Amino acid sequence: MRSADAAPGGPRPVRPRLAARLAYGVHHLMAANSLYRGLAAWLERHPHAVRLFTAGERAAKEQLFGCRMCGQCALPATGYSCPMTCPKQLRNGPCGGVSRTGLCEVYPELRCVWVTAFERAEAAGHGTDLDLLQRPLDHREGGRSSWVSYWQGRDEDLWVSAEGPAPRPSLRPELPLVPR
Amino acid sequence: MTAGRLRAALAAGRFVVTAELGPPRGADPGAIARKAALLRDWVDAVNVTDNQGAHVRLSSLAGSVLAQRAGVEPVMQLTCRDRNRLALQSDLLAAGALGVPNVLLLTGDHPRFGDHPDAKPVFDLDGVQLTWAARTMRDEGLLMSGRPVATPPSWLIGAVENPFAPPREFRARRLAKKVAAGAEFVQTQYVFDVDVFARWMTDVRALGLPGRCKIIAGVGPVRSLRALEFMRSGVPGIHVPEDVVRRLRGVPTDQVARAGIDLCVETIQRLAGIPDVAGVHLMAFGFEHGVPEIIERAGIGPRLAPVPGGPP
Repeated sequence: MRSADAAPGGPRPVRPRLAARLAYGVHHLMAANSLYRGLAAWLERHPHAVRLFTAGERAAKEQLFGCRMCGQCALPATGYSCPMTCPKQLRNGPCGGVSRTGLCEVYPELRCVWVTAFERAEAAGHGTDLDLLQRPLDHREGGRSSWVSYWQGRDEDLWVSAEGPAPRPSLRPELPLVPR
Repeated sequence: MTAGRLRAALAAGRFVVTAELGPPRGADPGAIARKAALLRDWVDAVNVTDNQGAHVRLSSLAGSVLAQRAGVEPVMQLTCRDRNRLALQSDLLAAGALGVPNVLLLTGDHPRFGDHPDAKPVFDLDGVQLTWAARTMRDEGLLMSGRPVATPPSWLIGAVENPFAPPREFRARRLAKKVAAGAEFVQTQYVFDVDVFARWMTDVRALGLPGRCKIIAGVGPVRSLRALEFMRSGVPGIHVPEDVVRRLRGVPTDQVARAGIDLCVETIQRLAGIPDVAGVHLMAFGFEHGVPEIIERAGIGPRLAPVPGGPP
């Protein structure tokens, strides 16, 4: 299969090929715990292993969601419809150009990923996920395993509640300015 | 001109009028001065667009400064389409230093619709994240990197929303995200369907947004049947209901422009009657000279000093 990155014209809306309920279920099974944390730590110490693991993650998520390996997976908060397949890569909801029938303004033959996200999240009882504020991407994470980052607890603040004390936009401004 | 006229009018609860001012495709500063002169006495501020529709124009920052020199308060539009977070933040600082009193932060149209469809779309941030970064810069004096800003800017932060695009049930909630991120006023897509807009306003009120963010409804005259068709099929996100189409198609061709103005005036009057609508934003591309008539006939605007909440 052709890699999503090689698709012409940048990101194109992808309809998830995994039912939302199943996706939430898989996430539940893979929720961070000490075992997965240990596995992630071990993977990060072994470059060959982490490369293999990342390749597997890429292949699976590319098939199922059109994953583009941003490395900071938003799927659990978007009804498992990937916002990185939006031509504008919007992380916080649909743009104003969605057609009356829910189609993408850039690819009018394809369904808006946020319309899909809204329907899937609402139907699965996860509608309020879409109200979360999604932080800007850290582009240094592109191509890395999002599962490993998640298990290591690095993705905990990818999104925050819009209520309560005003948070700051950057995920980790306190981190050093050079990549890991 | 008083800087902060829009802010003062919104704070006072006066029904505000803003209008669109597209910068020229060229280096003639007079083009902005001429449009500004037509609008100056009729509006609280003008939106200076940022490569609108992904077509190259003089920059919105320069356009804002030129508008200000011509005596009209600018709202500087800034999109995520052409700049990454470094450029966005530096332009926001520049706007602060040059005394631009208002900014309007948006994601922006995709380059595919513009005159450079071969351009790289940036979209490093989205509209919500840009609003968030701007609020943090102004109120906490911090860049996204966490580094301090020596002198934070003081502009008013605006955003946009389209009440008519699917998923409609989510549109007020999307505005709530922008308000949480820092938007203090919002301008909407063209309103042709007042009923759908009023339903969106009900959702907006239910979320308690009007107390934190002023809602300014987008309006504009349809000038011809060709323009109508373009709006319906050529511009993403504009919703023109069937009764409006029938009404405009039902008049002789030479009277469509007149009927379009009548419709615009009526729409403004209906919008002014909706609770918590703080004003209107007039988009009249190439028809700036017609703006005074619309404002006057609708019975709104600074000149007539209307009662708060709009005309009866």
